[in-house]
Amino acid sequence: MASGAEITSQEYIKHHLQNLTVGEGFWAVHIDTLGWSIFLGIVFLYIFRSVAKKANTGVPGKLQCAVEMVVEFVDDSVKSTFHGKNPVIAPLALTIFVWVLLMNAMDWVPVDLIPRIFELFGVHYMKAVPTTDPNMTFALALGVFFLIIYYSIKVKGVSGFIKELTTQPFGHWSLYPVNFVLEMVTLLARPLSLALRLFGNLYAGELIFLLIATIGLFQLPVHFLWAAFHLLVIPLQAFIFMMLTILYLSLAHEDH
Amino acid sequence: MNLNMTLVGELIAFIVFVIFCMKFVWPPLIGAIEARQATIADGLAASDRAAKELELAQEKATAQLKEAKAQAAEIIEAAKKREVLLVEEAAVKAQAEKEKILAAGHAEIETERNQAKEELRQQVAVLAVAGAEKILERSIDAAAHSDILDKLVAEL
Repeated sequence: MASGAEITSQEYIKHHLQNLTVGEGFWAVHIDTLGWSIFLGIVFLYIFRSVAKKANTGVPGKLQCAVEMVVEFVDDSVKSTFHGKNPVIAPLALTIFVWVLLMNAMDWVPVDLIPRIFELFGVHYMKAVPTTDPNMTFALALGVFFLIIYYSIKVKGVSGFIKELTTQPFGHWSLYPVNFVLEMVTLLARPLSLALRLFGNLYAGELIFLLIATIGLFQLPVHFLWAAFHLLVIPLQAFIFMMLTILYLSLAHEDH
Repeated sequence: MNLNMTLVGELIAFIVFVIFCMKFVWPPLIGAIEARQATIADGLAASDRAAKELELAQEKATAQLKEAKAQAAEIIEAAKKREVLLVEEAAVKAQAEKEKILAAGHAEIETERNQAKEELRQQVAVLAVAGAEKILERSIDAAAHSDILDKLVAEL
């Protein structure tokens, strides 16, 4: 590449990491993240709902088989970790798994395809992988975090929850503040790690795709290799997010 | 890392999706799966039961066959015994018949012998008379000397 291309490739990457934004500062809204995630969420719910409506207990069709495989996989994961009775956790886990999987799967779409198409219609910024936006991952993690707090208080009561935060791991009353600090770190680390893990993995993956896109002719085999590697990363990250959600919620249900 | 209102929007979307999934997607799907699992489990149990029943029926059939065979053998045995009995009876009857025939034969022979004896006597009497006639070279009145002749015949 020529010397001027250095700047162009930098600009290229920067351009691709820019969200389509409306508004300023905190009130800004990333239209692309919101649009793609909601679109994918609706795709997920539409497919699953249409199967659920026609669900028969006899011999299932092919689509029903596929959907039921996912449902059963999630159900098994939930049952292996969470032993109580809770009507929310399994659907929550299913939603997280499939939704995150679909959003991650947008990473497989060639990095320039969707932005180019939108450029034809005069839209200059388009980030098609919602999970490379921390807003997305933090929203999911915060949703899970609220549920952790909610179920901790529901199962153990306010006093039980406070007791759990203060009386462990050190039993002496003078160490309660220390306990509280430690437990708060543990508690807050959960949503933070959930959100950052997903965001970090997908953002890095996307960034490498963009870097590969700048190397010229050899990018095709390299793109292919990186996409093949993402065959592992994309479902794994969705699975980890789901599994940790189930784990955290089952911990919230445990009474000491 | 610029967090902004997108997060709130996504959080709302997340909550709506989860609630929708919880209300309209999860229950029918898991219900269908569990119902099918129950059906399959029932079917398997039924087939197990059928296999066991088949085994029982086979055992029963075998037992019945054995019993039938035993009965047949018993019947054959009885028939054989009866056969022996009949043969013995027949032999006894035949023996009796034989004895009867023999006795009748003996009786007939006896009668015939007696008859022959009688005839002989008669002829001897005639011969004796003839002999005497020759010896005396004169005719003897058979009627006058019949008492002597009768005595002679009785002595023979």
